[in-house]
Amino acid sequence: MSDLTNLTLKGALDGLKAKTFSSVEITKAHISAIEKARALNAFVLETPEKALAMAEASDAKLARGEGGALEGAPLGIKDLFCTEGVRSTACSRILGEFKPTYESTVTSQLWRDGAVMLGKLNMDEFAMGSSNESSCFGPVINPWRSKGSNKPLTPGGSSGGSAAGVAAHLMLGATATDTGGSIRQPAGFTGTVGIKPTYGRCSRWGIVAFASSLDQAGPIARTVEDAAILLTSMSGHDPKDSTSLPVAVPDFASFVGKSVKGLRIGVPKEYRAEGMPAEIETLWADGVAMLKDAGCEVVDVSLPHTKYALPAYYIIAPAEASSNLARYDGMRFGLRADAQSLTDVYEESRAAGFGAEVKRRILIGAYVLSAGYYDAYYLKAQKVRRRIADDFTAAFEKCDALLTPTAPSAAFGLGENADDPVAMYLNDIFTVTVNLAGLPGMSLPTGLSADGLPLGLQLIGRPLDEGTLFSLGAALERSAGFNATAERWW
Amino acid sequence: MSIDAATVRKVARLARIREPEDKLEILAAELSGILQWIEQLNEVDTDGVEPMASTEAVTLPMRDDVVTEGGDPAKVLANAPKSDRNFFVVPKVVE
Repeated sequence: MSDLTNLTLKGALDGLKAKTFSSVEITKAHISAIEKARALNAFVLETPEKALAMAEASDAKLARGEGGALEGAPLGIKDLFCTEGVRSTACSRILGEFKPTYESTVTSQLWRDGAVMLGKLNMDEFAMGSSNESSCFGPVINPWRSKGSNKPLTPGGSSGGSAAGVAAHLMLGATATDTGGSIRQPAGFTGTVGIKPTYGRCSRWGIVAFASSLDQAGPIARTVEDAAILLTSMSGHDPKDSTSLPVAVPDFASFVGKSVKGLRIGVPKEYRAEGMPAEIETLWADGVAMLKDAGCEVVDVSLPHTKYALPAYYIIAPAEASSNLARYDGMRFGLRADAQSLTDVYEESRAAGFGAEVKRRILIGAYVLSAGYYDAYYLKAQKVRRRIADDFTAAFEKCDALLTPTAPSAAFGLGENADDPVAMYLNDIFTVTVNLAGLPGMSLPTGLSADGLPLGLQLIGRPLDEGTLFSLGAALERSAGFNATAERWW
Repeated sequence: MSIDAATVRKVARLARIREPEDKLEILAAELSGILQWIEQLNEVDTDGVEPMASTEAVTLPMRDDVVTEGGDPAKVLANAPKSDRNFFVVPKVVE
């Protein structure tokens, strides 16, 4: 690993501005790291020529003393974001060689601010999964391994390529998306920092839709400050997304380093999952102690409907997905099967184009929305969703933020949860509540498991209060002093 | 609730996904497992609770009814599996 790939995003931006090195130099260092890391399968499309062209343009701007907040910084982009003229597949066969003729709002803002695109990152098909194993390009391998073992582990999902790539120093930061935990769980599994902002903070325009009332974009980075810099650039009102919030975007990095003295931290008792490993209990207790030391007041809170969040999610998300994914009909773009009648073309195209998990979720969604079941399933789930959101509203009367584990385990082996969809869904037990309520949630690494794997804690905030999460995250980061990196085997 | 192969066949048809006959039983078992797990929602008292479709309290914004972009059929057709002049070519719909 060359020195330039060891920099944080902040360190790289400072170095670029001071002309200690050029964007072409730091971009080349990352391209070379990517070439050597193909065993991780983090990228589904490398765009080195585009990256170098963008880097040259950035260097010209920097030479003139100009440039945006991310000028010259090489990033990776999850393949769920549409990138103009660059293949965007959501890691599904049904999109095939789809090349958008437009750019997603979030990525266009990164380019506006001077970032450099290294390529497109692997993910679970249509962001449906917690292990990256549903990708049509095959799973991403976690750069981390258990002590003394060669067993390949999952980086989590769905943003597995983003998390693995950032953890392996293949990029300074990456875009990701989170519908039920797809930023935070992979961040937790790879020792990286990920934040899902408040629903509506980032425009969903140009991001391939999964479950529109839950989907949010956010960054994965190696430090809390880096995540704050990226989120500032990614956020903002967009008239092209009617759910995008017309609110000002603060400079999130300005919250890093702020005192957290006097903030009240809620610890929800329902997040003690049955069979949760003792080391995660310890990690959580240690996090509570660190925030206490930093001057926070710790309060016990209750979120009584927590256990119903996942079942409600597995009605709402598939229902929305079955509707959103109806657009893949083989007519205007993507895969078209060779069949006779119109209905045969639809059915054959979708049978050939979607993978098993995506089909499963579309079928569940079509079932719960079908005549006779709508009230019993879909409407019931929407009512439970309100109960869950109300739990948070009540908790935030007693505290300013919540602290919980990110996931109920460390990274698991590839194939381990493959036979049981429900066991796989349980990965999101601590994260999915946050999507249902539309709140901001951040995962950051604070310790290692006995096997030497990273473990993450999650901070949950009030709507639009990402700032407090950045202050608390930075305080935890400082106290935990987490600086372990995956030992290079690739 | 558990669902049978006939229901899976019907739902797959609604979703326009061809599922081979020999997969219907397997899918019925998988989907039943998920649906049985979902049943626990019935434990929650939701009497008088307003269904929540969005986390945002705001009503959808209106915009002026003006043309913002368009008029570029080449872009629209760029990814079409089959096109002819400025049209998508699709299988025959009317016999």
